[in-house]
Amino acid sequence: MNSPHTPGIVANRLDAETLAQNFADLHAPLTTHEAAVAADRCYFCHDAPCITACPTDIDIPLFIRQISTGTPEAAAKTIFEQNILGGMCARVCPTEDLCEQACVRELAEGKPVEIGRLQRYATDTLINKGGMPFARAAPTGKTVAVVGAGPAGLSCAHRLSMLGHDVTIFDSNQKPGGLNEYGIAAYKSTDDFAAKEIAWLCSIGGITIETGKALGAELSLDGLADAYDAVFLGVGLGGVNALSVEGAEKAVVADAVSLIKELRQTDDLASLPVGRNVLVIGGGMTAVDAAVQSKLLGAETVTIAYRRGREAMSASRYEQDLAATNGVKLMFNVMPKAIHGNGATAEIELEYTATKDGKLQGTGETVRLPADQIFRAIGQSLTMDAGLSLEGGKIAVTGAGRTSRSGVWAGGDCAAGGDDLTVTAVAEGRDAAMDIHATLMEGA
Amino acid sequence: MADLTTEFLGIKSPNPFWLASAPPTDKEYNVRRAFEAGWGGVVWKTLGEDGPPVVNVNGPRYGVVYGADRRVLGINNIELITDRDLYTNLEEIKRVKADYPDRAVIVSIMVPCEEQAWKTILPLVEDTGADGIELNFGCPHGMSERGMGAAVGQVPEYIEMVTKWCKQYYSKPVIVKLTPNITDIRKPAAAAMRGGADAVSLINTLNSITSVNLDTMSPEPSIDGKGTHGGYCGPAVKPIAMSMVSEIARNPETHGLPISGIGGITTWRDAAEYITLGCGNVQVCTAAMTYGFKVVQEMISGLSQWMDEKGYTSIQDFKGAAVPNTTDWQYLNLNYVAKAKIDQDACISCGRCYAACEDTSHQAIAMSPDRKFSVIDEECVACNLCVDVCPVENCISMVALKPGTVDPRTGKVVEAEYANWTTHPNNPAASAAE
Ligand SMILES: Cc1cc2nc3c(=O)[nH]c(=O)nc-3n(C[C@H](O)[C@H](O)[C@H](O)COP(=O)(O)OP(=O)(O)OC[C@H]3O[C@@H](n4cnc5c(N)ncnc54)[C@H](O)[C@@H]3O)c2cc1C
Ligand SMILES: Cc1cc2nc3c(=O)[nH]c(=O)nc-3n(C[C@H](O)[C@H](O)[C@H](O)COP(=O)(O)O)c2cc1C
Ligand code: SF4
Repeated sequence: MNSPHTPGIVANRLDAETLAQNFADLHAPLTTHEAAVAADRCYFCHDAPCITACPTDIDIPLFIRQISTGTPEAAAKTIFEQNILGGMCARVCPTEDLCEQACVRELAEGKPVEIGRLQRYATDTLINKGGMPFARAAPTGKTVAVVGAGPAGLSCAHRLSMLGHDVTIFDSNQKPGGLNEYGIAAYKSTDDFAAKEIAWLCSIGGITIETGKALGAELSLDGLADAYDAVFLGVGLGGVNALSVEGAEKAVVADAVSLIKELRQTDDLASLPVGRNVLVIGGGMTAVDAAVQSKLLGAETVTIAYRRGREAMSASRYEQDLAATNGVKLMFNVMPKAIHGNGATAEIELEYTATKDGKLQGTGETVRLPADQIFRAIGQSLTMDAGLSLEGGKIAVTGAGRTSRSGVWAGGDCAAGGDDLTVTAVAEGRDAAMDIHATLMEGA
Repeated sequence: MADLTTEFLGIKSPNPFWLASAPPTDKEYNVRRAFEAGWGGVVWKTLGEDGPPVVNVNGPRYGVVYGADRRVLGINNIELITDRDLYTNLEEIKRVKADYPDRAVIVSIMVPCEEQAWKTILPLVEDTGADGIELNFGCPHGMSERGMGAAVGQVPEYIEMVTKWCKQYYSKPVIVKLTPNITDIRKPAAAAMRGGADAVSLINTLNSITSVNLDTMSPEPSIDGKGTHGGYCGPAVKPIAMSMVSEIARNPETHGLPISGIGGITTWRDAAEYITLGCGNVQVCTAAMTYGFKVVQEMISGLSQWMDEKGYTSIQDFKGAAVPNTTDWQYLNLNYVAKAKIDQDACISCGRCYAACEDTSHQAIAMSPDRKFSVIDEECVACNLCVDVCPVENCISMVALKPGTVDPRTGKVVEAEYANWTTHPNNPAASAAE
């Protein structure tokens, strides 16, 4: 048995029981009584700001009222009408930046209604009962290929199926779900929820999922465009941005998303090796997730090094605090300069930064920290363009996800515009489905 | 999904939720918005005679009783009937009804207790194409002092007389809206029925003073330092209204008379309860005034979910279902014996049950030095107070004793047979059971 003090990248730093505790549900589900008390705080605001703040425009006051009156199933339906992945969103949305940020009680008391947890209470109730509140419309005879079984693709597929189209989802991975399955922090999606949610979502019928099929390998866009009436691309951002510093190729350096993926897929957390002194480079959710989970796996020290100030960090204040309460040190205004040595004695040299003349620059002052494991979390990138026009490194779209090629739509992280969030992907998938439907049914 | 379509007096509406005659229905603008939000019908704000319009106060009209967190529990008002021109209202009603043929539009009327006044207004109302009328015999302030509203509603003979005139000069359904400011609600209901009313609706508002300002010594709402009693409505009045509804539903004289239930209806559950007590539909005012027209969406989704769960396909399936179970005290089963039982795992040791029972009931809860609370069956009369004051749902439950077991309090064996006060040996008027 190792301990947090064992040098180098090793497994078994913590015992199984501690690990199980560390990776339990970040927010335990609300009991019925707790949900009633939480729901009672909602003012049922007119034209509520929380609805506007939700990228999928869920009618939040209505669903909360439906919880208060003892009908969480009706509440779930209200949620799913707008956001079929309302269950996952309830777990992973940065509500502190979205709906709860807009809650009038946040303004009044600094304590918003717990919208995310209430959403989870309602959606869990219905998903656990197994009810699918929507039926398919009469078959249209149209077929749509969806590439990518992440939130964008799944949301698009469900809506299309509801409208009566037959959908085939292709995904290059072994399991469907995209980052719901491989990316979201383990303590946000426990008990294999991503897979359960997909099984429930597909219970509407009309959706076939084919895994292990990649666009660019087994599939081509021309082939799909020929065989189907429309194509939706929700391929996410599969590439990881490279680090360009001295020593970046060393074995101590790894991708944060790889660690996160392993964390989600393993059935034995103790077997996952982690460094003693972990350093994560980046400032987004991926950086926070990699840092927190390294700490929970038993690393002795974990540091996030972000090149700008706190206010510029894309991880929310809540995420930053989550990192801090888990013992992660946040360093701002530092950028990697070099990696010295390798293995258990490796060190990272960071240079302090400042903004001069509107440009972020190194100040010349540096600091060296022991870092026997260094994670890159400086953003993901598009892995294929399939001949479509790009914008800022993503697929260029107009309107509800129309790409430069007619008959091909795109949404989610791979498409330009919108935040890279699960809920945004769901909204874009849904809206593209509505546009595909309108296009396919034109003149019908 | 359950079908919420309701037919009340032959008037169809897509759901049983109507807006009661009040500010939400005072003009075309509101009513159109209400219909767009999903309301099944409206009873238009009460119209008065042609002539100079009614005058309202120009200060506050409402007093309110809050729960913690400023939840509105009850509102009272000193508003009068519509203060808009009669013909403007009539034109608007006509337009709205024409545009929303599937919704119920009922016109509420209050004119003086003279045949000519009714004879004059009824044809004008008939001409709007509205589906029926409601006679406002309920307004407890302002109009009653002018011999209208509650002043009529408190005299059964007047109710009967005016209802007859309406049936004579108007061809469509006539609903009589009752005031609760009366000792026995069965009397005005029966009078309405004798007059030929197609239905009664109840309740209108209750006489009330919601609060007194202890600095200015004026009741609220205070108009320049003085207040008056107003009409109370909202969640607080629901228990009173439901009792009155049940009285009419149970009374052999009025049994079967259609009832439109009003008073504190805020959620689908409130509506379902009214319907089980015999109402054919419900009317809502305060909930809409507190939360806006959108509140009906929850009523619709909740009622249809509950009906689906129960296997009811229409409102008729459960209308009046609780009426046979609503009885007089003397018919309650005195051989039914229960005891409170505290779930020790659920108990959070607050001691509220103990305080309630020890100080104000039957000293039937024991408290140990380490704050464990348990029921003393020898003392428990099953009054239920501990259950009511316990903050934890289902922590204290009432458990019925099985027939054949001994009630430790009385030492008597629990009988399986039903027996009530009418045959009880302690009842001097008891008649032997046949
Ligand atoms: C570590 C991490 C943590 C995150 N945490 C949060 C969070 O807490 N809350 C939040 O809101 N958002 C979070 N996000 C962002 C969120 O996960 C994404 O915005 C969201 O998953 C995007 O959905 P998508 O459907 O566009 O893409 P993805 O979820 O990336 O799904 C894309 C799918 O396409 C498949 N695919 C890719 N290329 C091909 C191909 N060529 N052929 C066939 N299939 C292909 C992939 O296998 C994948 O299944 C996080 C992201 C990361 C990386
Ligand atoms: C401000 C206000 C004005 C009202 N005006 C009328 C009226 O003009 N005619 C009438 O029949 N009832 C009137 N009512 C009574 C309501 O129609 C209804 O009977 C009562 O408010 C009880 O229902 P609720 O608890 O849903 O509010 C009024 C109520 C309020 C609050
Ligand atoms: S609600 Fe307020 S703003 Fe509107 S009329 Fe009444 S007092 Fe005036």
